Amino acid sequence: MIDIDPKEYLAPGHRACAGCGATIAVRLALKALGPNTVAVSATGCLEVVTSPYPETSWEIPWIHVAFENASAVASGVEEALKAKGKTDTNIIVIGGDGGTTDIGIQSLSGAMERGQNIIYMCYDNEAYMNTGIQRSSSTPFGASTTTSPAGKNSFGENRFKKDMATIMAGHGIPYVATACVSEPQDLMNKVKKAAEAKGPAYIHVLQPCATGWGYDPSKTIKLGKLAVDSKAWVLYEIDNGRINVTKKITNPVPVKDYLSMQKRFKHLTEDKIEIIQKHAEEKYNQLIALSE
Amino acid sequence: MSIGAVVKEPGSSRNNKTGSWRTFKPVKSDKCIQCGICYYFCPEGCISTDIEIDYDYCKGCGICAEECPVKAISMER
Repeated sequence: MIDIDPKEYLAPGHRACAGCGATIAVRLALKALGPNTVAVSATGCLEVVTSPYPETSWEIPWIHVAFENASAVASGVEEALKAKGKTDTNIIVIGGDGGTTDIGIQSLSGAMERGQNIIYMCYDNEAYMNTGIQRSSSTPFGASTTTSPAGKNSFGENRFKKDMATIMAGHGIPYVATACVSEPQDLMNKVKKAAEAKGPAYIHVLQPCATGWGYDPSKTIKLGKLAVDSKAWVLYEIDNGRINVTKKITNPVPVKDYLSMQKRFKHLTEDKIEIIQKHAEEKYNQLIALSE
Repeated sequence: MSIGAVVKEPGSSRNNKTGSWRTFKPVKSDKCIQCGICYYFCPEGCISTDIEIDYDYCKGCGICAEECPVKAISMER
């Protein structure tokens, strides 16, 4: 029936909000990796909800370090295991979009450039959700957050989301991919490929967040599907320099369908939605052109 | 507190029964075709591969009911 590792490496009882997308991403990623895995977490939602002292949700060795140095610590874990002759252990760093695209980017860039054999997985909920929905450089155009609030003089975030996958690809690492929690098989395939890569791998997972985006918790997967089907989030991989769009969209839904389900975009006017629509299509077409 | 705040018991968050957070409860009917979609998408990992829901941990988010392709799960009070 279900061809998957039945063991839960992220135990229930964690304090994530009902309908949390991050825990879905982590559950699936850990199932793809199996028990011979060490996880490193940057500060963020995931770290907070899975480790209320003296409890832990982790069934595998796990270490929490600061926002800035998760990749540096993972590099150290890798070198230590290597010194002990253990080269077959998967090392995965899990950071949120704040811990990845803003605060942790220097140590991440360093680890990628040094060719550390680690997997970095960013769970992207497009703002600092744990501390109260402040914008990050991964917050999309038009989104209202507590530090980019929509109002009389502002339509919310006025910058497009940082293209982290392209930045990572710029390091010439063997494997880079984007994924979404609404496509579990695609996500797990990519995590497996990342583990098999000889050298660093980076996976950027979009995960809808009921609390920060403003929607009913039951709609987490629906939102992920809408993001992918509207081209607002493109699923692709860069495998040893070769770009491959892993889900081609033949019948796109308007980006408006995706935006209108979320409170953070409620204020947007037609002209702003048009900008987002155009941007999504351009990005998708660019990737399709590069993949051929 | 232990040195380095080390926690030695893996998966000990199971002590915390998050089922008490729940308002609506997912109930599976015999329409279930065991496709496993709810298993993949449960944020708690509290649906077994045989599609049995562990109410000790289910927070009642309703993703399983929402995503079920044959509408075999209903959210009840």
